[in-house]
Amino acid sequence: MKTSEIKSILKELTSTPALSGHESALHSTLNHLWSPYLDEVSISRVGSFQALRRGTSTQPCPELLVTAHMDSIGLMVSAIQDGFLRFTEIGGIDPRLLPGQMVTVHGKRDIPALIVQPPSFLLPVEFQNGIVTLHSLWGDCGLPPEKVNQQVAIGDLVSFDQPFLEFENDMVCSPSLDNRASLAALTYCIYELVNRQPAWDSWFVASVQEEETQAGALTSTFQILPKLAIVVDVTFANSPGTPSHKTFPLGDCIALGWGPTVHPYLYKTFQELADQLEIPYKIESFSRRSGTDADSLQLVAHGIPTMVVSIPLRYMHSAVEVVSIKDIQRAGRLIAEFIAGLEIDYLEKIKWDETN
Amino acid sequence: MKELIKTLVETNSPSGYENSIRQVIRHNIEPYVDEIKVDALGNLLCVRHKEGALKIMISAHMDEIGLMATHVDQNGFVRFIPLGGVYPHHCIGGRVRFLNGVSGVIGVERTTTPQEIPSLDKMFIDVGAANAQTAQIKIGDVAAFDRPFLDLGKRWVSKAMDDRIGVAVLIETLKQLQNSVFEIYAVFSVQEEVGVRGATTAAFGVAPDLGLALDVTATGDTPKGIKMEVELGKGPAIKIRDSGMLADPRIIHWMIQTAEQASIPYQREILEFGGTDGRAMQLSRSGVPAGVLSIPCRYVHAPSEMVDSEDVENAILLLSELLNNPPKLEFLA
Amino acid sequence: MGRNQLSLTLPPFGATQIRLLEKVSNAQAVSGDESDVRKIVIETIRPFVDELKVDALGNVLAIRHGSGETRLKVMVAAHMDEVGLMLTSEEEKPEGFFRFEVIGGIDQRYLLGKSVKIAHQDKFGVIGTKPIHLTTPEERKTSVNIDSMRVDLSGYTNKARIGDRATFATQFQRFGDCIRGKALDNRLGVVALIELLKQPYPNLDLMAAFTVQEELGLRGAQVAAFALNPEMALVLDCTPAYDLPLEIEDPDHLPENTHYNTKLNHGPAIYLADHATLSDPRWIAHLVQTAEENSIPYQFRQPGGGGTDAGSIHLQRSGIPSVSLSTPGRYIHTPAAIASLFDWKNTFYLAYLALQSLTPDILNHER
Repeated sequence: MKTSEIKSILKELTSTPALSGHESALHSTLNHLWSPYLDEVSISRVGSFQALRRGTSTQPCPELLVTAHMDSIGLMVSAIQDGFLRFTEIGGIDPRLLPGQMVTVHGKRDIPALIVQPPSFLLPVEFQNGIVTLHSLWGDCGLPPEKVNQQVAIGDLVSFDQPFLEFENDMVCSPSLDNRASLAALTYCIYELVNRQPAWDSWFVASVQEEETQAGALTSTFQILPKLAIVVDVTFANSPGTPSHKTFPLGDCIALGWGPTVHPYLYKTFQELADQLEIPYKIESFSRRSGTDADSLQLVAHGIPTMVVSIPLRYMHSAVEVVSIKDIQRAGRLIAEFIAGLEIDYLEKIKWDETN
Repeated sequence: MKELIKTLVETNSPSGYENSIRQVIRHNIEPYVDEIKVDALGNLLCVRHKEGALKIMISAHMDEIGLMATHVDQNGFVRFIPLGGVYPHHCIGGRVRFLNGVSGVIGVERTTTPQEIPSLDKMFIDVGAANAQTAQIKIGDVAAFDRPFLDLGKRWVSKAMDDRIGVAVLIETLKQLQNSVFEIYAVFSVQEEVGVRGATTAAFGVAPDLGLALDVTATGDTPKGIKMEVELGKGPAIKIRDSGMLADPRIIHWMIQTAEQASIPYQREILEFGGTDGRAMQLSRSGVPAGVLSIPCRYVHAPSEMVDSEDVENAILLLSELLNNPPKLEFLA
Repeated sequence: MGRNQLSLTLPPFGATQIRLLEKVSNAQAVSGDESDVRKIVIETIRPFVDELKVDALGNVLAIRHGSGETRLKVMVAAHMDEVGLMLTSEEEKPEGFFRFEVIGGIDQRYLLGKSVKIAHQDKFGVIGTKPIHLTTPEERKTSVNIDSMRVDLSGYTNKARIGDRATFATQFQRFGDCIRGKALDNRLGVVALIELLKQPYPNLDLMAAFTVQEELGLRGAQVAAFALNPEMALVLDCTPAYDLPLEIEDPDHLPENTHYNTKLNHGPAIYLADHATLSDPRWIAHLVQTAEENSIPYQFRQPGGGGTDAGSIHLQRSGIPSVSLSTPGRYIHTPAAIASLFDWKNTFYLAYLALQSLTPDILNHER
């Protein structure tokens, strides 16, 4: 797949805001992108998009789960006062980014609005010289109070109003690239597999509510009970001001997760495969948790051997997240090759050394 | 119903020690259900069968916050830890009663200034004993706050309104409800206050198609209170989110539609802390579409929690309507 | 039954068990990397169990079937993992210095000037420190942050790798009636569970789970309990003893330590409540009754924070009545803990006798 194709897929994927808990708007996009190339599509009971690519094995087919969350962070209207809006956050948002942020309020219709910080003499004393918390910022729709009350209700969603930007090189900028970048990688992988004959059944799941409760990954994993799982998410790319030992260069590599959430044999397989395919990668070591759906997914039912593959992304949880298309291709290709090469008896090998 | 509520709130049963409240509830609900079970953690599961119908789990937790003794010192003072969210500023001068009948008051170590609110480990329970031997308390003994039901006319006050008022709504609804489109699993859950534990195992056991929790929610209608749009007396609240869950938008829609069609007042609830049994149901097994019907309550987790009787009546009305109007959830068919 | 009668029938618990404890205490099993201890466990229990497997996370699940007609399915869990470090990145210059993160609850004030051993490799590193001569009095009053500490592995040409785990390089030692070593939390429980598996229980299917990742949030036990699907569960662990004297401020009033958690040499500690579990009252009563009938000393762990594998076990499926029983250990989660052989032995005996006398009747009462 060409860079331009992935860019347009990414543009399509980010054009629909799908805040945590309200992801159904993305179902039709995914249906359009994925279902022509897959054998079965369903929606889970909490709204995750689940698609199956059947394996070729004539023996009972083991099942693999490849998952990336589809929800994104945003805001929600928590109060309306004199036509101005108060917000609560969905996912984690640094309130320092919000003053001056253009947003769309998804009321009875979509209404443009601006987040503003009142002048200091109108603020509670504790905020006059410092950071203003989310509770003291206002949303201004530029509408008279009656109109606002008619159109907007408590609980309405608010998403960033920031157009998709294509830079001259292979980088793009948009809200929700966490984690639509990974959905683009899954899409790449699905297309790569069109002319391949993987032995295993592969489930591609766009999971809901990762930013809040990891509800989607937990429940789809319980429903499918896969023998292996691969979680694709974004990780921190470096930029001025970020610690170099906790970040990855953008456009240079993907990150392979290593730590208690990852099965060491799966890690080894991915590492060898990446070496063989000459896909550049760096190890992303997490001593405790990966901070992805993998943390809860791994513990479903009897336990699932899990791998985490991450795509570097700058300015995570802002309206201007930046990724490199190259990294998306790398992640998509690596996972496609893993699936295509997965032997039917792979599970025999994954046993812990000491049991042999 | 006021009598039922009085009995429920005045029964002492903190998290993990729900024996007495379970007996009270069982006694009151037995005539209105087909089957009653108690699971391994002590949840009371009451079933009203209906062959082939969607299975709804309605959960109201029956535990309350409380205290547990950790040490009795040589002078008979009892140190304690909280069971659930007990806040220091609610404790000073408070009265408690242990499940073995011993009563006491909460005292504090000296503070640097009179304004300082010490943490719970600087507090102790004075049971009026002269030494450890006569205190009649041992490590692990459990106490509840001691505060009787107070009738202020339209508004009612007591400890443990959280969530005995939810329990009352559920009992009363089943009492009034002749028919339902659902197979109903009324669950009186344990250990909610320590982390929605009872509902977690109950939801796994019940494996419902839909989940609804009945619990209290905070209000923002008191002087310089928290920033929250829910008020006492404006109707039951339909939860949109709290810090434990994003309620299922289809369930929210169903609840709002039903309330509007039946002209029952309701409020939209965004609670920026806390969690309910709804979370446990939503995350159970392959996922459960779940929501929460909340009863607005002032001073939640204080020994005097206040609810409005009309909100309670309207919660019963709304729950009854919901049980007669199934939501449209195609994939559940 | 009196104690003398029982000592005839009780299984031996002495020098052999201490040797095994030494071996597993010195072995390394930082959470997420438990293979060295897992190996020892599997070798040791294999002859005594009917079923044995290692699951997707690395838990060892072993079942010993009873011979009776009605048998309770009882899970007994002990976590194999320990707190430690993970190397997270290497300095570019000078070479051989690694940043690290701690895994599990280690107080950073215990790290400076200690030697560590890299897992699966015969390599020792040191967590260095600035000489006292070069520090200012102000600096000496503040604790050094982990972010500015490094593990010095510059003594090796073939370096360790990012992601490698390390533990304190402490060697096990016995002195008198006490033992000192790293990872006594929870190798004390691991050895006790191994010894339990060596005995037959006609009344039970004993389902042993040697779990992983407990120190990361009771993770291994969660899937182990789901898979084993027992009717009840007992967790063997090690809990802090903070039974130290208090500083005397006022000589007229001798201070009383009201926050000791457990006391050394007061016997095994039965859990009533911690941050993750409110113990099943039926289990508590059974343990207390067993101890009293057999004159085994016991204490209640003070209710409070912390958590054991019971926290995740009791919430699996439709709920599993659970309790924890711990050997007290002073200074756990530091380079070396101290525990008492008396407490450890009695932990084993209390667990053994409680299991032997368990019948399905215990579940006839509602919790």
